[in-house]
Amino acid sequence: MAGVDRTRLPEVGPDPHFRFPQIVRHTLANGLKVRTIEHPGVPVVTFVMEVEGGLGADAAGSEGLASLAADMVDEGTGSLSAIDVSDALARLGAEYDVEVGADATMFTLTTLARFGERGARLLSQMLTSPSLRTNDFARVRQLRLDRLKQLKDLPPAVAERAFLRLLYPAHPYGHLAIGTEESLRSVSLDDVVSFHRATFVPHRATLVVAGALSHAELLRLADDAFAGWTGGELLHDLQGAPERSADAGSAHLAIVPREGAAQSELRIGHLSARRDTPDYAPLLVMNAILGGQFVSRINMKLREEKAFTYGARTGFDWRRGVGPFFVQTSVHTAATAEAIADTLAEISGLRGSRPATAQEMSLAQASLTRGYPRNFETTQQVARSVAQLALFDLPDTYFEQFVPKVNAVTADEVTRVAHTYLDPSRAIALVVGDRLATEQSLAALGLGELHVLPPA
Amino acid sequence: MPTVIELPHVKRTLPNGLDVLVHEDRRVPIVAVNLWYHVGSKNERTGRTGFAHLFEHLMFEGSEHYNGGYFTPLQQAGALLNGSTNTDRTNYWEVVPTSALELALWMESDRMGYLLPALTRERFETQRDVVLNERRQNYENRPYGMALMALSAALYPPQHPYHWLTIGAADDIRAMEFEDVRAFFRTYYHPANASLALAGDIGTEQAFELAEKYFGDIAPGTKPQPVEAEASLPREIRLVLEDSVELPRLYIAWHSPAMFADGDAEADLLADLLANGKTSRLYRTLVYEKRMALDVSAYQHSREISSFFLLAATAAPGHSLTDIAALIDEGVQGLVDEGPTAHEMERGVAQAEAHFMYRLQTVGGFGGKSDQLNAYNVFRGDPDFFGSDLERYRRATPQSVRNAARRYLPFDRRVVLSIVPRGKEPLALAGSERVVVS
Repeated sequence: MAGVDRTRLPEVGPDPHFRFPQIVRHTLANGLKVRTIEHPGVPVVTFVMEVEGGLGADAAGSEGLASLAADMVDEGTGSLSAIDVSDALARLGAEYDVEVGADATMFTLTTLARFGERGARLLSQMLTSPSLRTNDFARVRQLRLDRLKQLKDLPPAVAERAFLRLLYPAHPYGHLAIGTEESLRSVSLDDVVSFHRATFVPHRATLVVAGALSHAELLRLADDAFAGWTGGELLHDLQGAPERSADAGSAHLAIVPREGAAQSELRIGHLSARRDTPDYAPLLVMNAILGGQFVSRINMKLREEKAFTYGARTGFDWRRGVGPFFVQTSVHTAATAEAIADTLAEISGLRGSRPATAQEMSLAQASLTRGYPRNFETTQQVARSVAQLALFDLPDTYFEQFVPKVNAVTADEVTRVAHTYLDPSRAIALVVGDRLATEQSLAALGLGELHVLPPA
Repeated sequence: MPTVIELPHVKRTLPNGLDVLVHEDRRVPIVAVNLWYHVGSKNERTGRTGFAHLFEHLMFEGSEHYNGGYFTPLQQAGALLNGSTNTDRTNYWEVVPTSALELALWMESDRMGYLLPALTRERFETQRDVVLNERRQNYENRPYGMALMALSAALYPPQHPYHWLTIGAADDIRAMEFEDVRAFFRTYYHPANASLALAGDIGTEQAFELAEKYFGDIAPGTKPQPVEAEASLPREIRLVLEDSVELPRLYIAWHSPAMFADGDAEADLLADLLANGKTSRLYRTLVYEKRMALDVSAYQHSREISSFFLLAATAAPGHSLTDIAALIDEGVQGLVDEGPTAHEMERGVAQAEAHFMYRLQTVGGFGGKSDQLNAYNVFRGDPDFFGSDLERYRRATPQSVRNAARRYLPFDRRVVLSIVPRGKEPLALAGSERVVVS
């Protein structure tokens, strides 16, 4: 056989055709919205129940309630104790997972297709009639209080918590799902019961079912298990989403001291955009160029050029309300101030002085679009993606439109959205690290006074 | 009738010794390229630890015919890519749209055949610093992050290749010599020490043709000698390590059967029924009923030369590691005396069957089908082992699990490590010796 031509890389052919999963929408008699997706291949089925009401639904003083209520879902139902529920899940070989987001909570259960009916019924029982017993509540709350203690040891968690508070000084988005020690102590079982009654109702929920079965069979699984779910009308409205504001807090530079830390955990950013922004596609491309992928300006600068870190990335935390743009990294302590300065310089550069090059545009767009079909391999990937469509009220044609929309973005648009949605002068830079070793160089950054936050 | 769960494939070996494994899955227009080199930190020696992993970083920096970072052209083609190193092997993978398969094969083969001309001292030094940052981030700056280091050092004697972790000692990393790269590459990075799996939307014959085209002309090397080493514990070793943590944690580690050896699957089942999930025996006692621990977990760390079985539990505020250790011992003794119940065995096997099915869902990446084929091929010499692997769990009996508990979890030959908040050494188990790791 002729040898390989090693004088150039092989050409990449045209993108292969892919048929995105077809989504069929149904509404059960009780108002529950159901979306089914046929996913042939491995005999597995995934259920995602998305309930509107995430950590953003926590009232002031009750931070952590939504998450606690979600946690109580697998703590017993009917005659089953918490242990029995866990045993029942294990006997189905099921993977069960709860994710409390800003705007909604997702309960995911994956099981073998042949256990589809049992899985659906178990999930329904757990969600619609959890026992909510005093003993279980006390145990779960205590575990969460103890978990909070443990999080104090974890630099990324400490940074996340302090950063959210700086970003949203007066909005329920400004806390971690787990809440705070003070708020958790004040939450009672009655609060959980009322929260469950008001939030876990068919009108507020969407069930996504994806699996190696037909739409009719998937719908039947949903209907058999959830048709009997009743629950009143909406008892209370969720908190309004925050509008974009000049960040209410005045701190632009803050540190959570961690004596002797080997590295500084960094968060840099500000409130920026809502998921429903018409600029979503240009923002994705802009982010990929700036720090959303390995070959991006900030990662190449901080990791490959300066060797300050194992990695750095940027992103948008998409929410229904205004969510943050953020940079996150963990750098060698001695590099702390310089890493912040470099990051801000990269942001400024992309806003105008160093606009995206044609090469960067093509790399960002290709990496976002060409591999897109690989996100549809498993029932879990598919069901979770469709649940995202439901959460943000996106059309069923979203997946087909994604690639053309991203490919249509121009370099000028990237400059425009960088200019509109990023602003180093409003950015908050937060350090979790050794104060003595860093404060002098931090002060020299010109970002104003260094706010020293309480240790975790 | 048990469900049939299979991973069909074809294996051929190129004349230069490269094993090629092909699995067709035409559902999504992607192909997984997965390449294993049978080298890991077990091939290092004292004073030179961390080298295999550092070398993995260098594989992304360019090769003779593409002298630049590997991420750019592959990302440009829509690929997802990564690599990893453990004690026993190093893997590299791309998941590419079918249109970019040849690109991925070109690049993987170029760095297998022609890496060294592109390597510069500067690239070496940058990646050495990146790795030191990785070590700080994932070990030094992470609560309980030094536990495995302390445990490995106690479980295995200094000359044993599992004595150190893959990340290596910080001093060793700093002292690495650029010149060592060359010898390491020649010894371990060649077709006879590698295994290539292609899985996804591609015909079997076409896959073999492409593998031959890109890898066929790479010079064969000499298969390295297998690493052999023995380790045993003469007694129970108790250690204490102070860390920046709020709550003390207890680790108990035992030597256990090597990957796929008799008793390995039983050890896996033991881990689940002892400490994974709310139904497990120790969770039930320690976390659910007595509320003495925040969490408890167990894991059979299956490895090529020998494995270790690890139990860990974090004390709830106000509770002592001593009390927790006593309850753990009681739980283990219960299994030694009576073995698991039929109900527990059924549950364990049901979980194993489901997990084998879930493992068939993705073609690439860590743990995808291509990665599994390589694991079976490299560690068993038999990529067809998927079905037999599941059979090991189906064949386990209450008696065989009980035997494994009796044989592999003795109280008088294990390492017990207490990690305690700084300045709180008395919170450790009595008689613990202070250990130093860095």
